[in-house]
Amino acid sequence: MTSLPSLPTEKKLGLVIDLDVCVGCHACVVSCKEWNTGGYGSACSDQEPYGRDVSGAWLNRVHSFEIIPEGGEVIGEGGQARIVHFPKSCLHCEDAPCVTVCPTGASYKRASDGIVLVDESLCIGCGLCAWACAYGAREMDLAAGVMKKCTLCVDRIYNATLAEEDRIPSCVRTCPTNARHFGDLGDPQSDVSRMVRERGGFDLMPEQGTAPVNKYLPPRPRTALAPAPMPQEGEASPEGFFGWLDRVLERL
Amino acid sequence: MHPASSIIVFSTLSGAGYGLAALLGVGLLDAAAPATKAAHLTALLLIAAGLVSSTLHLGNPRRAWRAVSQWRSSWLSREGVLAVLAFVPLVGVALFAWLEGRHPPVLGLLGAALALGVVYCTGMIYASLRAVDAWATPLTPLCYLLFALSSGALLAAAFRPSSTGLLALALLALGAAWAAKLVWRRRMFGVTPLSSPESATGLGELGRVRLFEPPHMTDNYLTREMGFRIARKHAAKLWRLALLGGGIVPAALLLLALIAPRPVLAGVVAALAAGLHLLGLLVERWLFFAEARHAVSNYYGR
Amino acid sequence: MPPEHRIDLSRPVGDEVYKTTCYMCACRCGIDVHLRDGKLRYIEGNRDHPVNRGVLCAKGAAGIMQQNSPARLRSPLMRVGPRGSGEFREISWEQALQTAVDWLAPIRRTDPRKLAFFTGRDQSQSLTGFWAQQFGTPNYAAHGGFCSVNMAVAGITTIGGAFWEFGAPDWDRAKLFMMFGVAEDHDSNPIKLGISKLKQNGARFVSVNPVRTGYSAVADHWIGVRPGTDGLLILALVHELLKARRIDVDYLSRYSNAPWLVLDAPGTAGHGLFARDDAGKPLVFDLHARQPVASGAQGCRAALSGRFTLADGGKAVPVFQLLAERYLDSAYAPEAVAARCGVPAETIRALAGEIGRVAFEETIFVPQPWTDMNGEVHDGFVGRPVAFHAMRGISAHSNGFQTARALHLLQVLIGAVDCPGAFRFEPPYPKPVEAHPRPHGKPEHFGSSQPLSGPHLGFPRGPEDLLLDEEGRPARIDKAFSWDAPFAAHGLMHMVIANAVAGDPYRIDTLFLYMANMAWNSAMNTAETIKMLEARDEASGEYAIPRIIVSDAYASETVAYADLVLPDTTYLERHDCISLLDRPISEPDAVQDAIRWPVLTPDRDVRPFQSVLIDLGARLKLPAFVDHRGQALYHDYADYITRHERRPGIGPLAGFRGPDGDKAGRGAVNPDQIERYKENGAFFSAHVPPEARFFKHANRAYQDFAVRMGFFDTPQPVTFQLYDEALQKFRLSAQGLREPRAPETHRARILETFNPLPIWYPPLDDGATEAEYPVHAITQRPMPMYHSWHSQNAWLRQIHTRNVLYVPGRVCDRLDLRDGDWVWLISHHARIRVPIRRTDAVNADTVWTWNAIGKRRGAWALDPDAPEAREGFLINHLIHELLPPKGDGMRWSNSDPVTGQAAWFDLRVRVEKAEAGEGVFPSFPPVARPHPTAGVPEEWRYGDEWRTAEEERA
Repeated sequence: MTSLPSLPTEKKLGLVIDLDVCVGCHACVVSCKEWNTGGYGSACSDQEPYGRDVSGAWLNRVHSFEIIPEGGEVIGEGGQARIVHFPKSCLHCEDAPCVTVCPTGASYKRASDGIVLVDESLCIGCGLCAWACAYGAREMDLAAGVMKKCTLCVDRIYNATLAEEDRIPSCVRTCPTNARHFGDLGDPQSDVSRMVRERGGFDLMPEQGTAPVNKYLPPRPRTALAPAPMPQEGEASPEGFFGWLDRVLERL
Repeated sequence: MHPASSIIVFSTLSGAGYGLAALLGVGLLDAAAPATKAAHLTALLLIAAGLVSSTLHLGNPRRAWRAVSQWRSSWLSREGVLAVLAFVPLVGVALFAWLEGRHPPVLGLLGAALALGVVYCTGMIYASLRAVDAWATPLTPLCYLLFALSSGALLAAAFRPSSTGLLALALLALGAAWAAKLVWRRRMFGVTPLSSPESATGLGELGRVRLFEPPHMTDNYLTREMGFRIARKHAAKLWRLALLGGGIVPAALLLLALIAPRPVLAGVVAALAAGLHLLGLLVERWLFFAEARHAVSNYYGR
Repeated sequence: MPPEHRIDLSRPVGDEVYKTTCYMCACRCGIDVHLRDGKLRYIEGNRDHPVNRGVLCAKGAAGIMQQNSPARLRSPLMRVGPRGSGEFREISWEQALQTAVDWLAPIRRTDPRKLAFFTGRDQSQSLTGFWAQQFGTPNYAAHGGFCSVNMAVAGITTIGGAFWEFGAPDWDRAKLFMMFGVAEDHDSNPIKLGISKLKQNGARFVSVNPVRTGYSAVADHWIGVRPGTDGLLILALVHELLKARRIDVDYLSRYSNAPWLVLDAPGTAGHGLFARDDAGKPLVFDLHARQPVASGAQGCRAALSGRFTLADGGKAVPVFQLLAERYLDSAYAPEAVAARCGVPAETIRALAGEIGRVAFEETIFVPQPWTDMNGEVHDGFVGRPVAFHAMRGISAHSNGFQTARALHLLQVLIGAVDCPGAFRFEPPYPKPVEAHPRPHGKPEHFGSSQPLSGPHLGFPRGPEDLLLDEEGRPARIDKAFSWDAPFAAHGLMHMVIANAVAGDPYRIDTLFLYMANMAWNSAMNTAETIKMLEARDEASGEYAIPRIIVSDAYASETVAYADLVLPDTTYLERHDCISLLDRPISEPDAVQDAIRWPVLTPDRDVRPFQSVLIDLGARLKLPAFVDHRGQALYHDYADYITRHERRPGIGPLAGFRGPDGDKAGRGAVNPDQIERYKENGAFFSAHVPPEARFFKHANRAYQDFAVRMGFFDTPQPVTFQLYDEALQKFRLSAQGLREPRAPETHRARILETFNPLPIWYPPLDDGATEAEYPVHAITQRPMPMYHSWHSQNAWLRQIHTRNVLYVPGRVCDRLDLRDGDWVWLISHHARIRVPIRRTDAVNADTVWTWNAIGKRRGAWALDPDAPEAREGFLINHLIHELLPPKGDGMRWSNSDPVTGQAAWFDLRVRVEKAEAGEGVFPSFPPVARPHPTAGVPEEWRYGDEWRTAEEERA
């Protein structure tokens, strides 16, 4: 059914990604690949894995951006360029154009938790959903000819064979800097919702009108070093220093 | 956007086929004439060839039949539904022409409407994609419709070169189509992109955002499919070629056909005009994809 | 959900899960390896493991593709084509081992020096070193010489432990964290976990690094220092802190040698050495008694300044007097160093202000009574919550040793070593230099068919401990512990091939390499090194290095230069131990070690290298590997791990010792030890008692604990050596005042660099090249690619398939360079042609690239046209192993003069625009694949069969 669920979904499961701590290590990227290549649906294949034009299907990728503070907020060492590492996977949009364009009903949004999925048995591999997605969240698997995307590890988060604490997406479980958080963004009391409120979490490309569920937390504002000048006691000269030293030794 | 030849060939050929079929459906050609019978066959063959071509870019063509199920939300599905539906009256009209040499007006009008409906859906598939600024305009289906009509009219004129009216219609359609396309293209260059690297990353507050390192060093599906780039100079050259070969020269040829001895020489000239127009449209369609920038490019520094 | 979308939400991950230790890099995280149908399904971090606490990096998760790499060696190989061709024939293990014995046995009998045994990124140095010692060659080391020996030696000699394996920042309590020169390191996941924790706690993170990627990208402050000037920056901070009186005088008096008296007797053999009593104890001047007394005397208040007369009438001053005089000098003022460091004076001052403020205004107190080594009871631990961490960025310079010393000086000055919130030692460290061995390899230390008389690597106490022959020439092939590099505690692996081919100091017979890519990215001057490996002796026509044995698991560039290849297993197919005798995984609060064990069985004719080494040891009848009848003592490495005892009760593993497995540290051999480790998640952890957790260098409870655990047999407290007497002994030798006297050639250099107090001097290459080569060139290690071996990994290689040169905007503008343009990068001895990309997040005079992405065509089972080979590049070609000739024609090793650390980051270059379209230069002829018939997949659909099976079942 490629029409979107008519009511807000019961839950809005999604990710909150903290750009303040992501160091761009790609742990989430590879963990996602290894979980999903043997998990939900067909393998995430790799073409020419040892060849010239190597490529593969990845459901999560980390970009790095350089930001030149032209007229922007001056942070710490004003005027200098900075790097922000930027992980990106499906945002499980509330108004997901990738779902509505699908001609076969393979692409759908679950009414229960809002996860956007592809039923691979229905997918004809037309690629239109990838065109419809402004975020580049869908990748065709060239071996299977079906569309792959982040499932929010739907085969982990409800998996009764996993320990309770492991019922989270693979990328979240593995992230060494705790830059990825999973939860119900439809519940204002959830940890992720609170985090978004407190840290000024934002949507990517809100102007596309897709109402993404996943949120991003901006780098924290920087503060200046050493607000107070260093205290001085005694003369600045070496003699002054040794005089001070003697007084300190007296007091010890 | 990656200009996939299967899609380019599909939309050009089936567009011309539907355009011709629509004109046949409204009965602009003499149903009894042998050339009209050939025109019906041509229209159906063009449509069929186009549709076959369109399945070539599917990852799983064997499941293509599933594509008719989601007509309530998907323009692609609607296109498929209408394409299937249109075959019924179009084949019916053709059968009337072939077997009885006459034109059934109701069936014909129904066929024409469905044929143009398919073309409209094709246009809307693109126009509904907000992620592609160049496409997201009602001008897109308009161009598709007008080019379907112009290519259909040129073909029709070639099949019935004795008709001044048809030649004039072809000339008119040609002019209208390219005029619409010029407006479309001017919009493409002028439109402010809906999204930018700053909005794509949400980091515009910090300054100007540029890609430092892509997530993978070699091309991936996204960069191949959505990150296609063409040099401005190269695109301008191709555009001039399309306009000249697909618009100006066919128009001149149509004018020539108006004064040329009929039917043979005028027919040859009109056929030449139609052929050139289709070739020009292939280039136009290639540019339609190649020049369109997808919002995902904001993540890839393209 | 419509019924047609059926999903199996509760499919088990796999059918088996085993806990072992990762080896995708040297971080040594705990992993849960899930198998399905006997095949790898999923690798995730072990939540209970103290190193990674459940997380896992990109490399760890890509273990699946390492295990399935087509570059895995499949059987022993004997070279058939010329060296470097990669042409081999497969042989049996019996043939391979017999060949090795035939080559090695005569060497051991005649001249053991003729075997040079060097290991790369391995983690079994306690075995490999022990084996080399038993063999009797003085020529053994691991790769520390081109890695981070500056850091290790400076740390151990100054404070008794160094960064990384010897200590860690107190992530839980630090309020200011300063990191120098770390892009990505061995300690990958703990640093990431730690930075995250700091951020959560609201601590401030300052990164000093010429490049602002990775960790520096998330730092609150980035100091884009000019490469090689960190030491100057640190000493300017010291200057400011002294000026502002932001120093911990009590801490200095108690725990450092600041009060020790230094003889002031210029022109004598004792000048600059410590004044000592008859028992050899250093003297301090007691302000109460008004006389010199032995340091550590009860109730003494030692002077930190002044000039005192000793009993024999000689004069002496406290270390601190010398120290304060030096660093209060305006030469170290922020204004004086700003231009050189590329850091504004205001920034340096603000940074010093921040360090001082946090150390002394945000002091923390852990209320836990403890007793120091003098018996004084303290009611708690005072914490100066400023933590430092540093790595290769400061280490890989020819002034790196002194820079690392300067950093330790800064730590001690503010009282921030092993206190709450600061850098903390990890057991078995701290360990004073006196508790380390001296180096062995003097002519009297070895001989025909006998073991070396002691460990190869150690710490000289003075020039008398150098390993020199009768003529004063280096005894070791790499010239470690010679006048060239007296404190080369990790050897100089980067010099072995060049020295052996030059016959300087002598020729060798067999070079035995384990996991070291010396024919590619681990070599300086790679193009020339390749020629050396191919060079032949003119007289004999034999190769200049006649025999090369290589053990590796994968077809590296270096394998192509082997005459005999001993194929190793992957990390999932063998036993290993991460031992306290070697490079432990302890934490500040816990003693820890770990094992690897085979969770998969090799599908190839390969054997674990350590087991092969033990087998070779038995075949060569090395004393520690055979019993009195000459029979093999151990049947494999697992057996050795279990039963070997280095000292009575002390073996490779500290956990589960004793017959019942209930002893920690010391205890009899436990035959079930490995099983017990497996049951415990492949690691062992014993907590440091609460009262022993801080001030370990002077904490009685900790010292007792260390003795109990078997680190030492008697307590070994550490007094921080701000002033290093051993360095002064070298100066005296260089002045001709003390025996042995330094050769004339080395004197100026020793006087310039062996300063007993930390100094900064420009990188040795700088003066000669600065004008002509104005730009610095450095490399960084990308987080998802640790070593060259990850390019064979189908997943990781997609992230870094090729590298580009990142060029600062200023240089781009000057040369009109745009992204994708090509440039010539020119050093004093070579040039390379490479593609560029602009960046502004870098020091304005520094270009950089990712390390070890460039590959030789055909290596690592990659297509010869792979981007790694076609466009990827190494800057190693630009780095000569020798410095340009000086006036007298003498060419020094491109290394730190104190430790011999390879000075990778001293490189200076000139950038010139190049014509596009010609590809990278230099490029080399392809090497053949060692097993040409073994297939290389054209597509991976890893795990797809499980979906099919599921669907069929459904």
